[in-house]
Amino acid sequence: MTVKLPIYLDHAATTPCDPRVVDAMLPYFTEMFGNPGSRNHSFGWAGEDAVTKARQQVADLIGADSKEIIFTSGSTESNNLAIKGAANMYAKKPAGEKNRGHIISVIHEHKAVLDPCKRLEKEGFDVTLIDPKADGTVTREMIEAVIRDDTILVTVMWANNEIGTFNEIPQIGELCHDKGIIFHTDATQWVGKMPTNVKTDNVDLLSLSGHKIYGPKGVGALYVRRRRPRVRIIALQEGGGQERGFRAGTANVTGIVGLGKACELCAQDMDSERERLLGLRNRLEKTVTDALDVTQINGHPTKRLAHLTNISFGFVEGESLMMALKEIAMSSGSACTSASLEPSYVLKALGVGDDLAHSSLRISMGRWTTEEEIDYAGEMIIEAVNKLRHLSPLFDMHNEGIDITKIEWAAH
Amino acid sequence: MAYSDKVIAHYEHPQNVGTFGTQKEIKAATNIGVGLVGAPECGDVMQLQIKVDEDTGLIEDAKFKCFGCGSAIASSSLATEWLKGKTLDEGMDIKNTEIVEELSLPPVKIHCSVLAEDAIKSAIEDYKQKNA
Repeated sequence: MTVKLPIYLDHAATTPCDPRVVDAMLPYFTEMFGNPGSRNHSFGWAGEDAVTKARQQVADLIGADSKEIIFTSGSTESNNLAIKGAANMYAKKPAGEKNRGHIISVIHEHKAVLDPCKRLEKEGFDVTLIDPKADGTVTREMIEAVIRDDTILVTVMWANNEIGTFNEIPQIGELCHDKGIIFHTDATQWVGKMPTNVKTDNVDLLSLSGHKIYGPKGVGALYVRRRRPRVRIIALQEGGGQERGFRAGTANVTGIVGLGKACELCAQDMDSERERLLGLRNRLEKTVTDALDVTQINGHPTKRLAHLTNISFGFVEGESLMMALKEIAMSSGSACTSASLEPSYVLKALGVGDDLAHSSLRISMGRWTTEEEIDYAGEMIIEAVNKLRHLSPLFDMHNEGIDITKIEWAAH
Repeated sequence: MAYSDKVIAHYEHPQNVGTFGTQKEIKAATNIGVGLVGAPECGDVMQLQIKVDEDTGLIEDAKFKCFGCGSAIASSSLATEWLKGKTLDEGMDIKNTEIVEELSLPPVKIHCSVLAEDAIKSAIEDYKQKNA
């Protein structure tokens, strides 16, 4: 068995561009470079045609109308535009006042959702962040329990980026529609992997990103519902009125073409790809948990993305584990390098103990991940964990029957 | 983040890994001092043990176990190397800054060296207390 090193298992962070995507983009750099805003020559028309086609490809992937797609620079911008744009549009009181409206989100959202919410809090909105269940999921009932008369916006991610667990989006959307509340979902990790229909899934605003679905970086989209209800948002970026005034600035034509192609490819291959990756993920999880005790697979056992797993290994620390696995590109739940010494806030939100939250790996596979790579990664992980457990005083204590949670540690 | 060559060397070939017995046994042994510092929730726990030659008063052997990042493992591995052959007073004089320098630790990893110094002091204190 020969495996080419290093192995990339961090597709939830970013994916390589599909070569078919790159091929589709290339002519738009040098030949068809026109500005879609140039209405009076063929260069401009070619650019506009390309953007129109891509808009349809994106819309088709999520069951939207092409008029409902706004191109952005990625999910962070889409989230900012959706959350700030909707909050300011539906605010109960003008800027400068308090009690401008209530916003609901979840504590394990991506920072690109949490930080805009925090900003709005400073600007007079009330924000409620609920905890997910211990399995990482957020249900309709949990949202219903915190809705108030002045709730104007609910934002809940479709699938979590660290654990892959997905939430009851269609049900939460239905609830929001019943109550006349705008519903946004950050679907960055979900779209392109799972079937999506914004109409029947009751989504008003949806963020997606190109580089998570084998498209280029620096491009994404925001879906804005136009019917039942017609959702309005206030633009953040002003200028030439592009994207129907929602997002000014000359269109990133090459990126948009790439995003469109990436969406088309996902729509084609999604089901078979998911099936294949699920097989690999189950194989990896079984290999690792069969060989090592005191491991925990974080998140919901079934309601989670097929290509992603988040595993905690008791008694070893995440950063040193990554160091032992330097030929395998993954993410660690440990934030030790940030100097905060805080383990993953997502895992903490699930009630994962600090000791286990410090020692988790997020492994995310992709379109070109092979069985050989997964088998190799599995062996390497087992070897590394065993090596580090041999070094770990906590593992000794565990083996001697000492409960490490009962020791009075001097936190530093 | 890039580690220094010395950190990688210690991490890949840690020196003096182990323990002189179970927690119970080492607690009972009067020639052994133990320092257990850090906390699991901070992502660092170091256990440093010294074995003292009761005739000469020198630290004849030292062992460590560490739950922590590469720099923490390297710091504790280095500490055991430095302790061997030293008197207790010389051991007390080891400063975290010397560990930082030897391993070229970046600012975000200075706490690892502080923890190692704490572990050394705590092991020596433990020995002294047992033999007071």
